[in-house]
Amino acid sequence: MEFLTTWNFNNLPPDERQKFYKESTLPDGRTLREYWFHALDKEIEIAPGVFFPAWTYNGQVPAPTIRATEGDLIRIHFQNLGTKPHTMHFHGFHPIEMDGALPHQFVYPGETFVYEFDAEPFGVHLFHCHSVPISQHISKGLYGAYIVDPKHDTRPKPDKELIMVMNGFDTNFDEANEFYAVNTAAFYYAKNPIKVKVGELIRIYLINILEFDQINSFHLHAQFFYEYQTGTSLKPDFYTDITVMGQGERSILDIRFKFSGKIMFHAHKTEFAEQGWMGFFEVHE
Amino acid sequence: MLRRRLKTGFNALLPVFLLLLLLLVFLKYGPLGVFKASVPPIEEVFIQKVTFSPDHIVVDVINDGPEPVTIAQILVNEVFWQFHMAPSQTLNPLERGRIDISYPWVEGDVERITLVSRNGVTFETEVNVATVTPTFNFLYFKSFMLLGVYVGVIPVLLGLMWFPFLVTLRGKGYAFLLALTVGLLVFLGFDALSESFNLLKDVPESFNGVGIIVIGLLLAILSLSAVSYKTQHQRREKGEHYQALVWGYLIALGIGLHNLGEGLAIGSAYAIGEIALGSTLVIGFMIHNVTEGVAIVAPLTRTYKHINRFLFHLIMMGLLAGAPTILGTLIGGFAYSAAIAVLFLSIGAGAIFDVSFDILNHMAKGKWLEIFTVTNALGFLSGLLIMYVTGFLVVG
Repeated sequence: MEFLTTWNFNNLPPDERQKFYKESTLPDGRTLREYWFHALDKEIEIAPGVFFPAWTYNGQVPAPTIRATEGDLIRIHFQNLGTKPHTMHFHGFHPIEMDGALPHQFVYPGETFVYEFDAEPFGVHLFHCHSVPISQHISKGLYGAYIVDPKHDTRPKPDKELIMVMNGFDTNFDEANEFYAVNTAAFYYAKNPIKVKVGELIRIYLINILEFDQINSFHLHAQFFYEYQTGTSLKPDFYTDITVMGQGERSILDIRFKFSGKIMFHAHKTEFAEQGWMGFFEVHE
Repeated sequence: MLRRRLKTGFNALLPVFLLLLLLLVFLKYGPLGVFKASVPPIEEVFIQKVTFSPDHIVVDVINDGPEPVTIAQILVNEVFWQFHMAPSQTLNPLERGRIDISYPWVEGDVERITLVSRNGVTFETEVNVATVTPTFNFLYFKSFMLLGVYVGVIPVLLGLMWFPFLVTLRGKGYAFLLALTVGLLVFLGFDALSESFNLLKDVPESFNGVGIIVIGLLLAILSLSAVSYKTQHQRREKGEHYQALVWGYLIALGIGLHNLGEGLAIGSAYAIGEIALGSTLVIGFMIHNVTEGVAIVAPLTRTYKHINRFLFHLIMMGLLAGAPTILGTLIGGFAYSAAIAVLFLSIGAGAIFDVSFDILNHMAKGKWLEIFTVTNALGFLSGLLIMYVTGFLVVG
């Protein structure tokens, strides 16, 4: 799945990418990152043969990942092509008029709004729709990853970076999820293991946006990882094989695989694992 | 002559032609577009049966809605599990499908099965006590046969054996007996009817269970009434004993249909592990059903001497009333269908009500007010109470 390794639309060919993302230098030398986002109602496949009438940013769940470096200026041209009022509410510093959380900040169908703020603090963050009812707007799929890299990074340089958004879907609208996953598709990484190598540094940007039963977790078999909570420190907070997160919590996980083979990772709430939130790393020598 | 016939035919068919024309116009130009929304179609799947074999769960379903339904995923106890579905995962309206899940279910546990459609709609069923479903083999065949014999045939025949005692009743005693019989029958009739209403929840909505009940009930009443009207003259000619014989058979038939339904319920409940058929329950059914024998013989006590080969008729009646229980337990155990149970129960109820009315009518002899003597009222109430009290023995 492309989402895992995609940010700032770097999966698109250059001229196609231009429509959604532009990078330029401001007079003061800072980088301006401009994005074109739109809200759109779209049916997506969340498990083999199961389709969900989602509300999406740019037709995908999770939304395209936004990634900047600490101190950059972020400008997002947001257009609502959906059928309900939507917003983009970012975790991170921003002026309160950019908060997208109050009724007068709702962007109604057909309207546009430009969000502008500095990328800070560094860490792994998220954005989601804050229109009401919020639980509905989130469970329908309006959320994404927002990564701010530190300006002066002293951490070891990763060989591979992966974005994992833990989410779920309530397909029969009973306020409980029927499907759980990382990056939407149930059991996707169980059927399509993530290929990595022994010894290389894998950095995971892990976000929990699960609605309804919000306490989620990430557990890795046969291996330990360093965890940087919210990614806001250059020193890891934990060395562990399991991390538990409430809704909206996130972490950076650094893993170096010691052994080769098919290594499982899943929510250590086993109910979630058995309903789709389970996958494998395929570790090669 | 031909012209008139043509005209009659034309008159009969004209509304049909116009209706077809109107339908075409409606489909082509009608306001259907207004009702068509971009929302997913309404999906309805009815889970008819869940059967268990070692490490396998089989779910029989029917598409109970107006649109095709695709079953995309299946959860067993909240866990997604692989499955095979025949003939395909997509079912057209009213099409049946069979889902086979290889699942290590646990004897005695609750097993909850959730079907998830293409659009994420879920259909759920819960089996309270999972147990291996009887397959059609000799052991089970024999067991269900015996069950039917114990619950249906033996009690009814035992009940018939009160005959010599009942024959001695005269005057008020006889009136009491007849009223008691009507009481027994009316109770049984309502029992069958309520049972059939209870089963409606197990009948797919598209089968229109209430329609089955109405048709079954009235079919029995109408056909029995029509037959008795047609043979009224003949019966009068043949005398009172013939009338009594016919009643005996009609009561036996009604009770037989009721017992068929009861057998279906027992067999299926046993097969899906809903009841453990302990000896108490079987004994309960036996005592409860003994009273049915009384109901059959009551009308015969006055006139039996005029009936040729009376013992033969008596045994035939006993079998007619009791043997369907065997058929019921067999069908219930191996090939249960709630819709069929509802049909038989409502036909049984209709037959029982019809014959009750017939007996009452006979007792009244055209003077309906004179029927309400203290003896009759007490007899009727006793009939109801006997059924009610013995009913406590069959609380499964």
